[in-house]
Amino acid sequence: MFQFIVRRLFQLIPVLLGVTILVFSLMHLSPGNPAHIIAGESAPESTVQQIEERLGLNDPIPVQYANFLKDVVTLDFGNSWRTSLPVSTELWPKFWVTFELAIYSTIFSIFLGLIAGIISAVRQYSVADVSIMLVALFGLSMPNFWLGLMLMQWFSINLGWLPPTGWGTPEQIIMPVFTLGTMGAAVIARMTRSSMLDVITQDYIRTARAKGLKEKVVIYRHALKNALIPVVTVVGLQFGGLLAGAVLTESVFAINGMGKLVVDRILARDFPVVQAAVLVMAVVFVFVNLIVDVSYKFLNKRIDLD
Amino acid sequence: MAQKELLKVNNLKQYFPIKGGFLGRTVNHVKAVDDVTFNIYEGETVSVVGESGCGKSTTGRAILRLDDPTDGTIEFNGEDLLSLNKKEMRKRRKDIQVIFQDPYASLNPRQTVFQILAEAMEIQDVVPKDKRRERAIELLETVGLNAEQVDRFPHEFSGGQRQRIGIARALAVEPKLIICDEAVSALDVSVQAQVLNLLKKLQREFNLTFLFIAHDLGVVRHISDRVIVMYLGKVVEIADKKSLFDNPQHPYTKALLSAIPTPDPEAKKERIVLQGDVPSPINPPTGCRFHTRCPFATEMCKTDTPELRNLDNMAEGHQASCHHIEKIFSGDLVSKY
Amino acid sequence: MSEEIILDVKDLRTSFFVDDFEVKAVDGVSFKLPKGKTIGIVGESGSGKSITALSILRLLEKPGKIVGGEINFKGNDLTKASEQEIRSIRGNEISMIFQEPMTSLNPVYTVGQQIRETLKVHQGLGKEQGMEKGVELLKLVGIPSPQERIKQYPHELSGGMRQRVMIAMALACNPELLIADEPTTALDVTIQAQILELINELQEELGMSVIMITHDMGVVAETCDYVAVMYGGKVVEYADVKTIFKDPKHPYTVGLLNSIPRHDIDVDELEPIRGSVPSPKNMPNGCRFAPRCPFATDLCMEELPDLGDVSDENLVRCWIYSERWDGDPEVKEHGPKRTT
Repeated sequence: MFQFIVRRLFQLIPVLLGVTILVFSLMHLSPGNPAHIIAGESAPESTVQQIEERLGLNDPIPVQYANFLKDVVTLDFGNSWRTSLPVSTELWPKFWVTFELAIYSTIFSIFLGLIAGIISAVRQYSVADVSIMLVALFGLSMPNFWLGLMLMQWFSINLGWLPPTGWGTPEQIIMPVFTLGTMGAAVIARMTRSSMLDVITQDYIRTARAKGLKEKVVIYRHALKNALIPVVTVVGLQFGGLLAGAVLTESVFAINGMGKLVVDRILARDFPVVQAAVLVMAVVFVFVNLIVDVSYKFLNKRIDLD
Repeated sequence: MAQKELLKVNNLKQYFPIKGGFLGRTVNHVKAVDDVTFNIYEGETVSVVGESGCGKSTTGRAILRLDDPTDGTIEFNGEDLLSLNKKEMRKRRKDIQVIFQDPYASLNPRQTVFQILAEAMEIQDVVPKDKRRERAIELLETVGLNAEQVDRFPHEFSGGQRQRIGIARALAVEPKLIICDEAVSALDVSVQAQVLNLLKKLQREFNLTFLFIAHDLGVVRHISDRVIVMYLGKVVEIADKKSLFDNPQHPYTKALLSAIPTPDPEAKKERIVLQGDVPSPINPPTGCRFHTRCPFATEMCKTDTPELRNLDNMAEGHQASCHHIEKIFSGDLVSKY
Repeated sequence: MSEEIILDVKDLRTSFFVDDFEVKAVDGVSFKLPKGKTIGIVGESGSGKSITALSILRLLEKPGKIVGGEINFKGNDLTKASEQEIRSIRGNEISMIFQEPMTSLNPVYTVGQQIRETLKVHQGLGKEQGMEKGVELLKLVGIPSPQERIKQYPHELSGGMRQRVMIAMALACNPELLIADEPTTALDVTIQAQILELINELQEELGMSVIMITHDMGVVAETCDYVAVMYGGKVVEYADVKTIFKDPKHPYTVGLLNSIPRHDIDVDELEPIRGSVPSPKNMPNGCRFAPRCPFATDLCMEELPDLGDVSDENLVRCWIYSERWDGDPEVKEHGPKRTT
C-alpha cells in the first residue's frame, strides 16, 4: 500500500508540471497587456514601461516561465499586481470558503445519493424507486445556478426562512450546499442503484442468504461494500465538477470565495493570483483523486496493489 | 507409418510477461507453454488434454498465431508458420480453422447464417459470389441443419445447432486442419454426442485433420487417434489412444485417469487422489514440474528435468517424461500415499 | 422402507412469472430422502434440477415462486414456514454449496470473517471462539496451514480451496442435510476427485444426508444411493443407483447413458438423443420427452404419463409400461436398449 501511494505521488509530478505550463500559457496568450491595466487607461508610456520592467514582462517567455516555476516550488507566489498584497493573503481566506462549500456539498451528495440509491435498488420498480429516479433525473438535468435562484425565490423571498446571500452561519450554508450538491447526489444515487442491482444478483449474495442471514445484513454487510467500489470512483470525479460548479454557485449567492476571486482577477490580468488559484485547485483535485484511488484499492481487495 | 506429417510443432515456448514493480517493468514470466514438441499426421485426430493452466489452449492459439510464440517453430505442410508475415498468415488461415467452446460468442448476432458463411468464403475467396448461397445451403445440410434455416439469425438456434453453424463456417473454406478448442464442453450430454458423431463423419468425408483441445477424457477417448497429456506447460505423455487409456505410464496421467468418475456404480477401481493444487506457472517447480504432487517423487525429480522418451515394451510411439517409469512398473518404487 | 425419512418433497411446483407468463421450471417433483443417504438429482440444462434445490431452501430469485406442493423436513413443511423459521434452518440444519466456488464467496471479506458469520448467527459464537472453530473447520476440510488461510481473502485461494472453504462454511453448524448444487462442475478432474472424496468422507463421519445436483452420470455413480432423473421440470425416473445404471426403464435415462463418451471403455459410435433440450417456455403438452423419444406414439404426444411403479425398484413416468401402450410391444417386453 505504501509503495503504491509513493508511486502515485511521483506520478503527480508530470501532471502538475503540465498544469503549470497550461496556466502560464493561457494567461500569456490572452490579449491585453497587464501593465496597461495596472497603470490605468491614461498612464504615460514611461509608467507602463516601468511597470513592465518591475514585473519582468520584458524577459523572454521561457525566463518568465522559469521564474514562475521557481515561485511555485518555493511556494512564494509574490504579490498581487492589482492590490500589491501577498498572493497567499489574498488567496487563503477565499480558498477556505470554497473548500468548505465543496466539502459540505460532497458530504451532502454522498449521504443523500447513497440512501436514495440503496432504497431504489432494494425496492426495484416500486413507487419509491420510480419517484427517486425521477427526482434524480430532474436533479441531473437542472443547471445549478437556476436551482439556486429558485431556492432563493422560495425560501428567502417568499417564505423568508433563509438568508439569500453570504456564507458562514448554518442558515447561510444550507441553500448553496443544496444547490451545489444536488447534481452529485443524483449521479451517486443512479450509480449506487445500478451498482447495487448488479451486486444483488451475484453468487455470493445467494451464499449469504443460504447462511441464514437476515435480509438487512445481506444488503448492508454483503452487498453494499461491493456496490460502493464503483461509486467511490464517481465521487472523485464529482469533486472536480464541484470545484468548477462552485464559481456559479458563489456568484448566485454572492459568496466571497475562490470562484469569484478568479473571475475578477482574470478580468484584471492579475497573473500571480490567477496562476496560484488555478494551481491550488489542480493540486486539490489531483489529491482528492489520489485519496479515491487509495480507498478504491482498500475496498477492492481483488486488485493487487503493486 | 508412411503417413504424411501435416503439422509439426518443435520446442514451442510461450512466455507471457508480468508487469510490475516501481516502473511497470517486466518482473517475471508466465511460462504457459515451455518447450513442447509434437506432430500431427494428415487425417488423424490428436487431442491435447490437461487441467486448467497446463497450456493446452495456449498451444492452440500459438498454432493459429493468435499470440506470437516466444520461441520454437510450427511447421504446417513443411512451411514454418512463425516466419510468415501477417498477410501470408491470413492466406494460410484458409487451411487452419478453429471451432471455439462458445459458438454464440463467435457468431455475429446481427448476421444471418448465410451472411456468416458467405463472409468466410469471401475472405478466402474460395467460392465465386453467385455460387455462395448454393454452397451455404450445402454446408448447412452437411452439418445436419435445414436449407430453410439459412436466413435465420444465431439467436434462433439452440446451443448444439449454433455449434453446427460454427462447424459449417470452419468447413466453408475447405480447411485441412481444424482446431477444436473445447468445442463440445458447453453442450448437454445428449447434444454433445450428436456433435461428436458429426465431427467423426466429417473427418471421414473430407479427410480432415483435427487438433482437439479438451478436458473431458471421455470425449477425448471417443474422438482421438493419439493423445497428448500436458501438465504445467510441458508434455508429460504422448501415445496412441488405446495405449494411453489402457496403459498410462506417467504418474500424472495415471492419477488423471483414475480421478474421472465412472458412470458405473459397480466399477471397481483404485483411485489415486492427488494432494494439493496445480502450482502456479509463474514460478513452476524445478526439475520435473509434477514432483510437488507426485506420489513417487525422489530427490532426483526435484533437480533433473525429465525428457520425453520412448518407452520400451510399450506400443510404438508411446512416450512419457518421467525418470522412474521402469522402477514404478517393477515395483521398486512405491507410492508415498 | 423402515428408514427414517429426513426430507419428503411432494408434488413441488416452482414457476417463474415473466410478463404475466408462467414458466413452469419445476412441475410436480416428488422424492424422499432417507436419513444419512445421498440422492442424486440428474438432468441437463433446463431440467429444473437446480431450481428444485433452491426451492427447498426458498432461495429463489425474484420472478421465481413456489406455487404448490410440500417440502417436509423432519415433519415441518418448509413451504409454509415463516421467514424467521426458514432463516434459522438455512446454514444451520440445511446447508448448501454451489457450482461456482470462484464467485460464491464475498470478495471483500476474509475467509475467517465469512465462516464466523455463520457461527455467530446460529450459535452466537464470539470473535475468538468463532476463529477457533473456523480453524478447526478448515482443518476438517483439508486446507493446509488453516491459521494463515483463515486470514486470507477469497481471491488468494484456488478454485479447489474456495470450494473447500464453502464446504467448511456449510458444515459450520453440523447440518443434517447438505444440498450440493453441481459442486465440482467448475473444477479440474483431479480437484473434483478430492472434493467428492471429501464430501463422501464427511458424510460418513457426520451422518449427513446429501442432495447431489449434477449433470454428470459419473458423479452420480460414485456418490449417490438413490437417483431422480429429471427432464422438462419433472422426475422421469427414480430408482436406487445400481438399478438406474443396470436396468434403466425410461427412454430418456437410457438415451442419456448411451450418449456419454466413456473414458474407461471403447465405444464405436455414440447413440445420441435426437433434437435438443426443450425450453421451459415452450414445453410439449404430452410427455415432455415425446418429441425426442424414438418410441413415441400419438398417446405420448397428447397425454402426460404419471410417475408409476414399473418394478420393485423403478418409478418411471412413461406410457410404455402402462396398459394403454399401443406402440412397439417389443419395447414393452425388453425396455429401451443400452448400447454402452
